[in-house]
Amino acid sequence: MTGEKLAQRNYYGKALAELATEKPNVVVMDADLAGSTKTSEFQKVCPERFVEVGIAEQNMIGIASGLAASGKIVFVSTFGVFATGRCWEQIRLGVAYPKLNVKIVATHCGISVGEDGASHQALEDMAIMRALPNMVVVAPADAYEAYAATRALAEYDGPAYMRMGRADFPTILPSDVRFEIGKASVLVEGTDVTIIGCGQMVSSCLEAAEQLKADGISAEVVNMSTIKPLDTDTLFRSVEKTGCCVTAEEHSILGGLGSAVAEALCDSKCVPLERIGTRDTFGESGKPEDLMVKYGLSTADIYEAAKKSISRKG
Amino acid sequence: MLQGSRASDHMTAKLSVPELENMANKLRLHVIEMTYAARSGHPGGSLSAADMMAALYFNFMRHDPSNPQWEDRDRFVLSKGHVAPVLYAALAEAGYFPVDDLLSLRQVGSMLQGHPVRGKVPGVEMSTGSLGQGLSMACGIALAGKMDGKDYKTICMLGDGELQEGQNWEAAMFARQAGLTNLIAIVDRNRLQITGDTEDAVGLEPLPEKWKAFGWNVIIIDGHNMRQVVEALEKAANAKSRPTVIIMKTVKGKGVSFMENNVGFHGRACKDDEYAKAVEELKAVIQ
Repeated sequence: MTGEKLAQRNYYGKALAELATEKPNVVVMDADLAGSTKTSEFQKVCPERFVEVGIAEQNMIGIASGLAASGKIVFVSTFGVFATGRCWEQIRLGVAYPKLNVKIVATHCGISVGEDGASHQALEDMAIMRALPNMVVVAPADAYEAYAATRALAEYDGPAYMRMGRADFPTILPSDVRFEIGKASVLVEGTDVTIIGCGQMVSSCLEAAEQLKADGISAEVVNMSTIKPLDTDTLFRSVEKTGCCVTAEEHSILGGLGSAVAEALCDSKCVPLERIGTRDTFGESGKPEDLMVKYGLSTADIYEAAKKSISRKG
Repeated sequence: MLQGSRASDHMTAKLSVPELENMANKLRLHVIEMTYAARSGHPGGSLSAADMMAALYFNFMRHDPSNPQWEDRDRFVLSKGHVAPVLYAALAEAGYFPVDDLLSLRQVGSMLQGHPVRGKVPGVEMSTGSLGQGLSMACGIALAGKMDGKDYKTICMLGDGELQEGQNWEAAMFARQAGLTNLIAIVDRNRLQITGDTEDAVGLEPLPEKWKAFGWNVIIIDGHNMRQVVEALEKAANAKSRPTVIIMKTVKGKGVSFMENNVGFHGRACKDDEYAKAVEELKAVIQ
């Protein structure tokens, strides 16, 4: 079911390098991390429209705002904690409020950042970006979707945030996968429980669904790669069929995918919901796979949550 | 004339120094009337900036009020966004929107929000109001001008107190690094922030040396001497190798006797008796 392991950021860099020649008004910015975020791929082919700001994220967003106000499509990148938290209010005033065409693309999100520890593990980024009016929030499921989403964001005129991980992780979608902002996709159809994931958790959701199948449980797996605006049509259609739901994200259960789904469900279609994510805590240093287990983000956790959600159906 | 090589049919007529002085006082009167009608707002820093605002919009800047999106226009970013009243007054007097609209300041549904909003008001380039961010935005606009081979200038007005925000110095370093000779920063050095004297809060001096150390040309003027204001802008526009900052020494509340150097008027409008006196003083000097 899963393909080779690839890093999303490499495919982000690949898409940017293509955009360099296709779109003469694309500008890419970085804050001393171009080699890690892979914006260096754009820099290699288009140094004249690559802007290095040094270690100054607040300034980077302000400059991005001015560039976008002058007709540029601006991609800014750094690690997730710094891309969203360090300059949140600059994003609020300079990007979200005037609805400017700036794409904030973060790498190194989630606890699988690993050894660098909690200071570098973005677990709140989707929450604080989702809270901003006008902001689109995207978390692609694998490298191929990261590539497609990058190209889609370049076509979209407005503020957007995209989060990606650091590590190589399994590709689960076709290499030519299409991405449309605000559209979820049903990867596996099922009737007993809906499992909704985003980012690299989608591959774990698929694994959990396989295990449930062995137990005779039919799980539907949804890749909710846009967290805002949430594809409530796909969500409601699925839970009407299955009657219960699990969300899985490499992010706090406060404010991210789980919250977005909970808000949508309680507005119109209440069904049991179990949320997989970090539980109001910071991470720590360690091997990514060990941390995923310790913080309740493993395939086994999704499997258990699905059973619990089914048991709550009444 | 100023900026001869940048002259264009789109440009608004340039006022002379005496005419600019008169315009500055008209802007001051608008500020008093607008904030009185709104029963709130920031008159003190609006009055200290009025002479420079008159010089920018009625002499220096290349702009066309009938075509706010003209791609070759000079761009103005008001980093000290709380002095929106004086910006709105200048835009209205220049013809971006009717002067009568000024009295809708801060009312529900008005385009004239308490702090400037891009896209709501013709002529407002960027949304500001949270201090310390305008210079970064102006860097982005100036950088785009360089990328696109445009000769427009980007002008950013800063408060002095807001220089306590570290982001300004990130932007100052970047502007030098990126060679933004098309960028002009203006510091309204009225020395007062809400707490009181800037030097008693977190001191800014030696301020010119700070900018010089960051690689900028520094021009120091009396911000209420119109001839100096006009000449400083001309000099800044001809900068060849560095971005330029004009530090203009000003008086907060300038033009209304009881508001001058009175920090109480940083963020409050005139009461009824104060309003009558302020209007009387300003009308006496307006031709």
